[in-house]
Amino acid sequence: MFPSPRLLTALWLGKVAITVNRHIGHGGTSLPGMVGRKIAPQMLSSLASQLKKGAIVVTGTNGKTTTSKMLAAIMEKAGLTLTHNRAGANLISGITTAFIQSASVGGQIGSDLGIIEVDEATVPSLTEEVKPRAVVVTNFFRDQLDRFGELDKTVELVKKSLQKLPPQSLIILNADDPLVASLGVKHRGPILYYGIESRSYGNKDMSQSAETRFCRLCGKPLQYEWYYFGQLGHYHCPHCGFQRPKPQVRITDIELKGEEGSSFSLETPQGLLSITLSTPGFYNIYNALAAIAAASHMKTTQSSMQMGLEGYRTNFGRMERLDIGAERKAFLALIKNPTGCDEVIRTLRQNEGPKRLLIMIQDNAADGRDISWLWDADFESLEQIAPQLQSIATSGLRGEDMALRLSYAGLPAQKIQFIASIDEAIASTIEATGPGETLYILPTYTALLAAKTTLTRLGYSPKYWEE
Amino acid sequence: MIATPLTTEKKVSLQLLHLYPDLLNLYGDRGNIIALSRRCQWRHIEFTIVQASLGDKVDFSTIDIVFMGGGSDREQTLLFQDFKAYKGPALVEATEEGLPLLAVCGGYQLLGKYYKTQEGDEMPGLGLFDAWTEAGKNRLIGNVVARIPLLGPNITLVGFENHSGKTYLGSSETTVPLAQIIAGHGNNGQDKGEGAIYKNAVGTYLHGPILPKNPAFADWLLTKALERKYGKGQLEPLPDLWEQKAHQSVVKRFS
Repeated sequence: MFPSPRLLTALWLGKVAITVNRHIGHGGTSLPGMVGRKIAPQMLSSLASQLKKGAIVVTGTNGKTTTSKMLAAIMEKAGLTLTHNRAGANLISGITTAFIQSASVGGQIGSDLGIIEVDEATVPSLTEEVKPRAVVVTNFFRDQLDRFGELDKTVELVKKSLQKLPPQSLIILNADDPLVASLGVKHRGPILYYGIESRSYGNKDMSQSAETRFCRLCGKPLQYEWYYFGQLGHYHCPHCGFQRPKPQVRITDIELKGEEGSSFSLETPQGLLSITLSTPGFYNIYNALAAIAAASHMKTTQSSMQMGLEGYRTNFGRMERLDIGAERKAFLALIKNPTGCDEVIRTLRQNEGPKRLLIMIQDNAADGRDISWLWDADFESLEQIAPQLQSIATSGLRGEDMALRLSYAGLPAQKIQFIASIDEAIASTIEATGPGETLYILPTYTALLAAKTTLTRLGYSPKYWEE
Repeated sequence: MIATPLTTEKKVSLQLLHLYPDLLNLYGDRGNIIALSRRCQWRHIEFTIVQASLGDKVDFSTIDIVFMGGGSDREQTLLFQDFKAYKGPALVEATEEGLPLLAVCGGYQLLGKYYKTQEGDEMPGLGLFDAWTEAGKNRLIGNVVARIPLLGPNITLVGFENHSGKTYLGSSETTVPLAQIIAGHGNNGQDKGEGAIYKNAVGTYLHGPILPKNPAFADWLLTKALERKYGKGQLEPLPDLWEQKAHQSVVKRFS
């Protein structure tokens, strides 16, 4: 196929924009795509159509970045070359940028598979331009409601775009989330469900951050036999009969090992599998499970799945370990909505040693303008570990709101410190972290980008667009 | 402690009713309950919370404050019949007698006279407020700063609004706007009014949530509840260190 002159112009300008951006020290993950699309609006579809094995799209509220990176790690072990928006820019311009970068100067995409993480609101335009072979939906939680309006609308939006997929496209759904599983009802194409069967973790009570207790189909209360977190668990509707679908890819046994991660066994259509994950957090088991489900659709070997996941290390602020010298530990964990935040808090509470906390809240467009969600997150549970908290700092544009939230969560108002500048907050909390202590830095999205720049400058972290 | 002890031997206590907590729980609404609860706890006032949802009965004579949050259109439809038939009439009666109530967004809309959808259908409300709501084309979203004369000449109210319904107040004296918009949209984006107040019942579009960052308003609700129950409602002042800082950080953005 010979690309059109218009596509080539768009591509070259895009590539120039990437180089210039990097040169002046910006990540430049969106602008090149935006420029390219102005010149050749069809460029994403024509580049994506060249992928030899098509594209797998990952969407949902939490776990998009981690799931797609885990899937990429597996697929690389399986010997495939990838086009992947690794830096997490998941709007249409950021995704186009990833394709511009992946294409040759002659306009050819040489990679086998596309792995595309996409924002829920971008799913309709993306699935239209990139006809994916599979779409993974991880979960639905309240997130950036200032942009999406209501969660129901987000679910409806994704549902409608899934109905418009090519008939052979597979949808891969989290069976444990009733909001996600409801997408499978009356869906005409093929569906693969994944879920957790093991009841060694989770409980019988619903958490504060559960999005729904009501059936999406008939509006009557759902009955739960078991909860994992949020509204995820084992459920059925006694009224209309809607129930958790039996997952084809399912975890049968789990062992959590705190900061060391976890190990779990699962059943897939290809057979039994055991995985050791060095990434902590119960939610990362779901991310790995989603990645395995997508890999099993690709008929990937079990050893590639094992090697890919076992070698996987979190980065880009997903409980990312920072190197701040011997005997001192630091983790960077993005928080952006109540459920994700609760899971990060749950993970850090498993560490019994002395710790310090730096929470950085911003309300730029990419963070979500509305920070009300801070009150839905379970900061109250920090009160139980208050004696271990050596210091509690907040920062960012809405750092004072965060300090207020912590004081109402029961932490002593005098122990809380607000440091307006993110630079200064990071430098001083790392400095204060003593031997044997662990520092947890919890930023919202734009605070994470700022934190990464600061950490790079201070020599604690690589440039994020190079990861 | 309350500055003027009401009785020396009896513990001062307040009971809050959270209406439809499982359906009306958007946008950090529970922060309002956390705020009321902590502000009582810090003053050694016993504070209990009871919840009532679909099918539950409520004895309003045991209730000192009522809270209703916001919900999606779908969730509001689920509870509407129950509210209209069982809890609403008794709630209206109790608020007529001075029961303090805070209703945010969806809850506020349900307490007006009606909600008119895009298609022109009218869903009748409880009519506690002389107000009605019409579905708008665009959502009114963003930070809000408003003047609240109820609390004093220079007191501001801050919060975050996110609603597509536009609410209009009637001309009667019984329902007046809670606050006057300095920045943001308020009830309808046109007349500068935000929220509604009738006796001790307040409706507002402010999430944020509203009470933690507006401690004077939280204390107004508590004071009204204490006055109604004990005849006196003077509250011991609190340091409000982070409350004021968080409040001022929003005000500063728009001045």
